[in-house]
Parts: sequence; C-alpha cells; structure tokens
Amino acid sequence: MAEEIRAEMVANVWKIVAAKGDSVDDGDTLVILESMKMEIPVLAESSGVVAEIAVDEGDVVQEGDLIARVE
Amino acid sequence: MFESVLVANRGEIAVRVIRTCQRLGVKAVAVHSEADANALHVRVADESVLLGPAPAAESYLDIGRVLEAAQVTGAEAIHPGYGFLAENAEFARRVTDAGLAWVGAAPEAIEAMGDKVAARAAMAAAGVPVAPGTEPLPDADAAAGAAARIGYPVMVKAAAGGGGIGMAAVDDEPALRAAYETARTRAERFFGSPAVFLERYLPHARHVEVQVLGLADGRVLALGERDCSVQRRHQKVAEETPSPGVTPQLREQMLAAARRAAEAVDYRGAGTVECLVRADGSGEFFFLEMNTRLQVEHPVTELVTGIDLVEEQLRVAAGDPPALDPDRLPDPRGHAIELRIYAEDPKRFLPGPGTITRWEEPSGDGIRVDAGYAAGDTVTPYYDPLLAKLCVWGPDRPAALERARAAVAGFAVEGPKCNLPFFVELLQQPEFVSGSYDTGLIERMRR
Repeated sequence: MAEEIRAEMVANVWKIVAAKGDSVDDGDTLVILESMKMEIPVLAESSGVVAEIAVDEGDVVQEGDLIARVE
Repeated sequence: MFESVLVANRGEIAVRVIRTCQRLGVKAVAVHSEADANALHVRVADESVLLGPAPAAESYLDIGRVLEAAQVTGAEAIHPGYGFLAENAEFARRVTDAGLAWVGAAPEAIEAMGDKVAARAAMAAAGVPVAPGTEPLPDADAAAGAAARIGYPVMVKAAAGGGGIGMAAVDDEPALRAAYETARTRAERFFGSPAVFLERYLPHARHVEVQVLGLADGRVLALGERDCSVQRRHQKVAEETPSPGVTPQLREQMLAAARRAAEAVDYRGAGTVECLVRADGSGEFFFLEMNTRLQVEHPVTELVTGIDLVEEQLRVAAGDPPALDPDRLPDPRGHAIELRIYAEDPKRFLPGPGTITRWEEPSGDGIRVDAGYAAGDTVTPYYDPLLAKLCVWGPDRPAALERARAAVAGFAVEGPKCNLPFFVELLQQPEFVSGSYDTGLIERMRR
C-alpha cells in the first residue's frame, strides 16, 4: 500500500535526505523543508520503500503538494 | 536630530521605528524586497526603495544595495532594527565609511559580543558571572571529553550564533555527539562559522535580561529587566516586566552586572544583557550573551518606564542629549506583558504562511499592538513568522494578566496559521498565572 506524503505548508525544499529505493521506518526523515527561517523535517508515516521523491532541492511547495511516496 | 533615517528592516520593527521617526519630524525611508513591495512598512514610510528579490540574501542582507538606497534618498542615518544586518560589524563600518550615522553599537562592541566565547571571557574579566563552559571544540570527541568535565546536562551552542539556532540541551554522550554535529551544520549554514562550544545547562532557570542604554557621553544606564522564560525551540514567545522571579536585591545585582558588562565594551546605544537565573530562589545568575541592538521585546520596558527607546537610540547616534534625565531615571510603574503573535499553529508551533483575510486588533487603555501586517497582506515563507506584538500594561501583574486575556480575545487573525489560541491557554496556565514558571514551561504544557 502506498503512502503519499504531502506538504503541510508553503515552504522551500532545503534538503533531500532519502532517495528512491531506500528502505525507511516510520518516523525517518525523507526531506527537510524550510519556511519562515525554520527547518521542518518531513517524516515517513509508515515503514516501507521510497517509491518516489517528488521534489528537488530549491523547489517551492504549496500546501498539499506531493513530496514523496512510500510503498 | 537627523532630517531623514533609512530603516534597514521589514515587518513590525520597521513600522515601529518609522513611527518614532515621524513623531520626531524625521523623514523615514523604507527598503523592501520584491515580496514586500506593498508591505505595511513600505506603506507607512515617507519614501521607499526596492532592494532586490525575495530571499533576504538578495535584498535585506545585501549591504551594497542598502547603502545605495541611503545614498539615492539622501538619508543621513541607518537604523537596522533587529536581525538581518543589525549585528553585522562590517555593515556598521561601511555605514560610517559612507559618511552616514549608524544607529547602533560601535562595530568593536558588536564584534566583542558577537563571538560568544570571547564575550564570556570578557564578561568574566569584568566581574560578570558566567556559567562553566568551554572554548570552541574541534570535534565530537573533544566535546564528549569537555562535557564529562563540566557535568551533564550541557548546552551545545554556536560560537557565532544567536536566536536559538543550533542550540540544544543534552543529558548524555550519545545525545551530545548528535547535537554537536547538528549544531556545526546549522552554525555553518546560518552564521558562516561552524565553531561550537559547550556551557553548563541549568534545567530549572529563568531567562532574565536587562535593558541597557549607553549614552553619547559614555555613561551606561540600566533600565530594568525583562523575563523571557516563555520559550519554544529556545526562542521567546512571551515576555514581561518586572520579572516575577526577581527580588529587589537580585534586581540591583543584575542591573549593576549589566552596566559592568556594557561598560567593558564601551557600549553606546540600546543593548540587552541576557542572563539565566536559577529558579531555586538562590539568586544565582549567569551571563548568557549581549544583544548589541534593539530587542524584539523592548516595548514592555517602554510601557513601564515611559521611555521611547528608539528615540533614545536616534539621539545617541545624532550626538544629541537624551530625552530622559539620566540622573533621575523613572521608577518602573506597573506591569507589562508582551505576546508574540506568530504565523504558526498553536500546538506544534509549525509556521504556516498565507494571505490575511481578517485582521482585527484590540485597542483601549493599556493595550499596544506593534504590527507588521494588516488585512489583505500576504505572509510569505521568506522571513520570520512574527506578525505582531500584543503588549499590555496594568497597574499590577493580575491586572495586566486580565487585560491580556481580554486583548487576546479581541484579536482576530484569519488566513495564515496563528498562535493566538496558545495565549488563551498560557494566560490561564497555573504556573504562568502564579509567576513561578521557568524556561521549561512550554515543554511541560506540550508533554
């Protein structure tokens, strides 16, 4: 079952931490966003394999934009 | 006094500085990024200049562009507010080299206090108490060895840092090693220097700071303390004066220490000496750092003293005598509280920008709102999340608390996320209401 992880707020993508194909556990950091001078880690909400990282470093994401999929 | 002043900042602090300039008949020049073209500080200024694109590095932090803006508008002085270039010694030098007045501390004083390790040494030499700590540590092994000597818990800090960035309190060696690496990365990224040091951490302490003002003639005045113990992520959320945890005797000692601290660096203008005070009633306190600029929470001091700190800053910079009487400082009157209204959710305190669809400020006796936004404005992700400072004054602390509750109820913000509901909670939280709280308050509220 795929889990879609979406942005909770308007932010810049500061750092991509996980890559496609990585095995991740619930709570692992996938991507770090930055908004209003704060780093906001985006976490996996279940264990699985990263099927897609949908953003690049430096991208601007809007609330609700897809960030990653974990299967 | 100057005929015109350029305010090198944005948001509420730019608006606040511009208001005092205008009250004094000084022309206020705003600068702005493309994202802030229609921002409140631009609308209230007498003139404004576009600096560059939204990212701060290409606009508010671009020294060349700010100086150019001063030149083309004929501004005689630059007020930096807080943050951005306010504690940048190179900027201060280039302002004066360009023949302009710098409304701030001398570059030497900024440098002396900007290096937190050197500042600790200078303060100890001046007889100001400092907590046990270290020099910058080259690697995690050195940090682990030093922490074992100082004793856990320890605080990991960036030597060139400030604003809580990279700071972490740790209880054991694994946590220390992780925090050391994080702090180095963040310090490099935010301050351009990876130097990290350790300081003994006081888990039950209050964060109390003293407002100082160095006059043009070299005298240093201490204008009372502020309690800033209500913090999340080592950043302040609410402040008050007087501090409910400071006795008259301790106040006298802290004000005297703050004067010594400022005199040790020949301080001119407004500054703040930050200390940690043990919450065990021992009256023991330690120097943390000195902020060589106007502080965010300066309004609470203004509300109990009647002093306009921005006017005094401008007078010092212009070489004019102060508006206050240095030989007869006003006794602080009543109690003042500041609540920082942030564009962040009230539970986890995560930021959330957006367009403001509703903005209604409370007003009335003893209420002051320093706002950087109004209805229709857009809060962008590029800058810090401070929307406004809601400040209240009352004849005593219970009256100030009551007024704060009413003012929060009368403040409506819709659009971006907003932490107003947190203050409803805080203002009825027993530890806060009793005044017995320390820097762990919010963590306990969210456990």
